[in-house]
Amino acid sequence: MTPTAPPHHLPLAEPADRYRAMRLVRGFEEQALDLVREGVIAGGIHPYIGQEAVAVGVCAALRDGDLITSTHRGHGHVLAKGASPHRMLAELAGRVTGLNRGRGGSMHAADFSLGILGANGIVGAGAPIAAGAAWAEARAGRDTVVTAFFGDGALNQGVLLETFNLAAIWRLPVLFVCENNGYATTLPAAGAVAGGAVERARAFGIPAQTVDGMDCEAVLAAAAGAVERARAGDGPSFLECRTYRFEGHHTMERRLKLGYRTAEEVAGWRERDPLPRAAAALDPGEADRIDAGIGQLLADARTFALASPAPDISGACDYLYADGLRPRAGVTL
Amino acid sequence: MGTATAPAAPAKAARKPATMAQALNRALHDSLAADPTVHVLGEDVGTLGGVFRITDGLAAAFGPERVTDTPLAEAGILGTAVGMAMYGLRPVVEMQFDAFGYPALEQLISHVAKMRNRTRGTMPMPITVRIPYGGGIGGVEHHSDSSEAYYLHTPGLQVVTPATVADAYGLLRASIASDDPVIFLEPKRLYWGKADWSPDEPETVPPLGRAVVRRPGRSATLITYGPSVPVCLEAAEAATAEGWDLEVVDLRSLMPFDDETVCASVRRTGRAVVVHESSGFAGTGAEIAARVMERCFHHLEAPVLRVTGFDIPYPPPMLERYHLPGVDRVLDAVARLQWED
Repeated sequence: MTPTAPPHHLPLAEPADRYRAMRLVRGFEEQALDLVREGVIAGGIHPYIGQEAVAVGVCAALRDGDLITSTHRGHGHVLAKGASPHRMLAELAGRVTGLNRGRGGSMHAADFSLGILGANGIVGAGAPIAAGAAWAEARAGRDTVVTAFFGDGALNQGVLLETFNLAAIWRLPVLFVCENNGYATTLPAAGAVAGGAVERARAFGIPAQTVDGMDCEAVLAAAAGAVERARAGDGPSFLECRTYRFEGHHTMERRLKLGYRTAEEVAGWRERDPLPRAAAALDPGEADRIDAGIGQLLADARTFALASPAPDISGACDYLYADGLRPRAGVTL
Repeated sequence: MGTATAPAAPAKAARKPATMAQALNRALHDSLAADPTVHVLGEDVGTLGGVFRITDGLAAAFGPERVTDTPLAEAGILGTAVGMAMYGLRPVVEMQFDAFGYPALEQLISHVAKMRNRTRGTMPMPITVRIPYGGGIGGVEHHSDSSEAYYLHTPGLQVVTPATVADAYGLLRASIASDDPVIFLEPKRLYWGKADWSPDEPETVPPLGRAVVRRPGRSATLITYGPSVPVCLEAAEAATAEGWDLEVVDLRSLMPFDDETVCASVRRTGRAVVVHESSGFAGTGAEIAARVMERCFHHLEAPVLRVTGFDIPYPPPMLERYHLPGVDRVLDAVARLQWED
């Protein structure tokens, strides 16, 4: 019996909405870590914990019809853009009820109905896809804005710099959002990015600014200006959001005890956790009520995912070509 | 950005001598005119009309919004095409030369080829990547590669290569119309070969995935494609002096692969040689030989042989003629098909 995911809507208009969205992402990731440990999610994940203010702040500046491309650390973006946590969790668990019927997994989750063009396992690869979508939308006469999320590691990928250039010369409605969490896996950004992030964007004539990525409201304010500029046809902008992942690069990292980040450094960033900061701005008791609601939602999502069936092997070669073609068809050995 | 208005197609032409380059140009023109979502982009495709002149006149006819000169950034260009395809366009990307396509392999392999499957059919990638390929023009290694095996090894891609003027038109039209990505490999040394041709005759538009017997014969089958088709036809003529009546199969489309036509021929002749100019090791010919063996084993009088480029980087101009399969090498292979038994 295949369960059906309940309708889902994630408002982001008010500060309480944005706190709720960050709590959703945080709780989703904590539960996903549990499911990795339990062996329900194969292959592990890249946890977004600590960076929630970026995804929620940026998505709060977008309209429903706007588009995003995401990264290998993409759960936060996908959820903040409105994807069903039930279907997202089912996707991570490889179930047929997942966003991509269990075929995308953590790093390729997409929901085109919500403008989520996909997480992406290749660093920087989502940026040109965002530019192409922006081109097509602009040519169709729509004022859609396309956001490309990427990390500090992508700053050293040639295709990102190619895309800066294409978006700038063609004045495409793209918002480039660099989540600088300080490390490309283990390589410190401080020693890996010559010249600096915003300086690179500015070299292409793209307006660029650095914002506190641990402050959802600050991210929203900066993103709103960039989105307005893009929607008006004035071209791309670049935001460097200074943030931090509280967990390792990947769940595998817990076992490795690499020590490339000091305990003091992690603790210092944890003190800047975006969630308590946002909660403090709410009415007394409101954050607790929100937390309880999210807890129930995520428990339901877990039940949904675990009750969903895995894909059948008979469909393993489907959807390769429009006409069902299979390269090795006809061979029986 | 506005939308350029497509001009009317040129008046119907009678059959007359035309080059493959002209047929490809006409195919692009007719595709742009027939479908407002078709968008040509690439390096020098606009103002210059392409280094091989394949896009000549298209920017003037359809405007820079539909025929767009891009910066020299192949990964960025093809990645942009992915986003365009997601939002209603049908991009036709030109990679200026075979080896210029390699910077874009990441987007091609990781995204273009996988998107339909990953999204369970909801997001097809109707992208055509045109690539002038192959040697014979003194182009040295980065301008002379036969790169088909890289693409063939990637499920989700179609790989098409014409050998005649008429096929160049028809296969490119069909490729652009396909809802799945096509790597359209243009044999650059055949660009200027002429044949009598008119684009208005329906038989000039073969569907993808259909091989054709270019020359019927009874002794053995030469299985080939693209720039090696004229070589094999010449070899077949020369072979008559040895008493061999060779059949020549032009695959036209390497993926989808036309097992039916190939196997029907091999079952008739009992012998086969695969001829292509890309390297032999783990190459296209290996797949073809395996397929023939799997399907026609009991009809074979001899092992399937391969005549290919050497397993080396493409050599400099003075050595090209040794590297490229020629008539003599093809006939040497035919001679080794165990006729004495």
